[in-house]
Amino acid sequence: MFRARVIPCLLLRGHGLVKTRRFKDPVYVGDPVNAVRIFSEKEVDELVVLDIDASREGREPNYELIAEIAGECFMPVAYGGGIRTLDQVRKLIRSGVEKVVVNSAALESTEVITAAAEVFGSQAVVAAIDVRKPLLGGYKVVGKSATVEAKVKLEDHVRRVVAAGAGEIFLNSVDRDGTMGGYDLDLIRSVTRLVEVPVVACGGAGTVEHLREAVQEAGASAVSAGSMFVFHGKHRAVLINYPGDIRI
Amino acid sequence: MIAIVDYEIGNLGAVANMLIRIGAPAEITSDPARIERAEKIILPGNGAFDACMRNLRATGLLPLLEDRVLRQRVPLLGICVGAQMLGHGSEEGSEPGLGWLDLRVKRFPALPGLRVPHMGWNEVRPAAKPHPLVRDLEADARFYFVHSYYIEPAREEDVLLRAHYGIDFAAGVAHENIAGVQFHPEKSHRFGKRLLSNFARGGQ
Repeated sequence: MFRARVIPCLLLRGHGLVKTRRFKDPVYVGDPVNAVRIFSEKEVDELVVLDIDASREGREPNYELIAEIAGECFMPVAYGGGIRTLDQVRKLIRSGVEKVVVNSAALESTEVITAAAEVFGSQAVVAAIDVRKPLLGGYKVVGKSATVEAKVKLEDHVRRVVAAGAGEIFLNSVDRDGTMGGYDLDLIRSVTRLVEVPVVACGGAGTVEHLREAVQEAGASAVSAGSMFVFHGKHRAVLINYPGDIRI
Repeated sequence: MIAIVDYEIGNLGAVANMLIRIGAPAEITSDPARIERAEKIILPGNGAFDACMRNLRATGLLPLLEDRVLRQRVPLLGICVGAQMLGHGSEEGSEPGLGWLDLRVKRFPALPGLRVPHMGWNEVRPAAKPHPLVRDLEADARFYFVHSYYIEPAREEDVLLRAHYGIDFAAGVAHENIAGVQFHPEKSHRFGKRLLSNFARGGQ
């Protein structure tokens, strides 16, 4: 039976792993290589690792750390953060990741998506889209870890990155990030109905039921979460966990 | 030593990484002298079929590989596009395949609700014929797939594993010393370790 992928999303800050709430207030949750080793032992479907400072600081990806992380992954792993050029993509793939995640750079130009897809195939290129919903008005695309608002409309941006060659969309809700109250199903629906490529939903998951809703009710092909897999209990004690053998 | 054929198609490190982890000496190489001495050969493959075939041909290694695989009968395992290349060609492109196995490569049909590529984990079941590559594979074994095209062996007896995604398709093929898997064992946890370990240790 085919399963929807359940993907822990890990945030890098310097050499540490952190978890945010609404893209703010990063809390340290541990050593990234150690955490990845535990996730690998728990046989997670896939892993997404995002450096949340790289784009904002205009910094290169930390290739050495990424290679160390990838060496522990006996499952697919995607890296995002600070990717702007094909040369960087090449170095990342050589460091051992299967997929690269392009976010902020694609708001200015989708060139790197096209170039990477031509060389490594669409399956290796994920377009991440961070979305915020203001009290008034529709969804807004944001960039650089939600520090800047993009001018492009969500629908146009989704179509544009797919046309450019992205093989997957990683859709993150800024407002739901770290809240564990459930995904923004309307947001997911509004994107899954636009495109054929797999959409990975992120932002808000707290329970297996939430994961199920995103797939069965909103059409996500895969589901991702941070807090749910690094925190335990209402006091958010750090505990790497992964519900074994979930079929969604 | 297992030679992982390097023909510049992206990340080969994962295959070597898993082989090393299970204690099987492996090398990523395009050196004819190393391939000449390899006890087993892995042919990886990623991305577009034509690009893979052209890159592989450009290495000049084909006559050597044919000698080793077809005449000296060295065990060979193709992975993903590496498995697809074993056949006559693919609906994805116009380049001829290696023609080492009697198989064709077809695109998944357009079915309502079926997203292509087939990307993610899927369960496989062994075909009727016992084979050393799938020895001791758990009944619920699952593997990571990412592909839009699938292999279709001409002879049912060459099917090693089956999987289902919209349609039933061959997830693996085996004929004498040549085998191929559509999924990525190097990215499939203990199930992939089992399969690669069978390949590394088996007398196939």
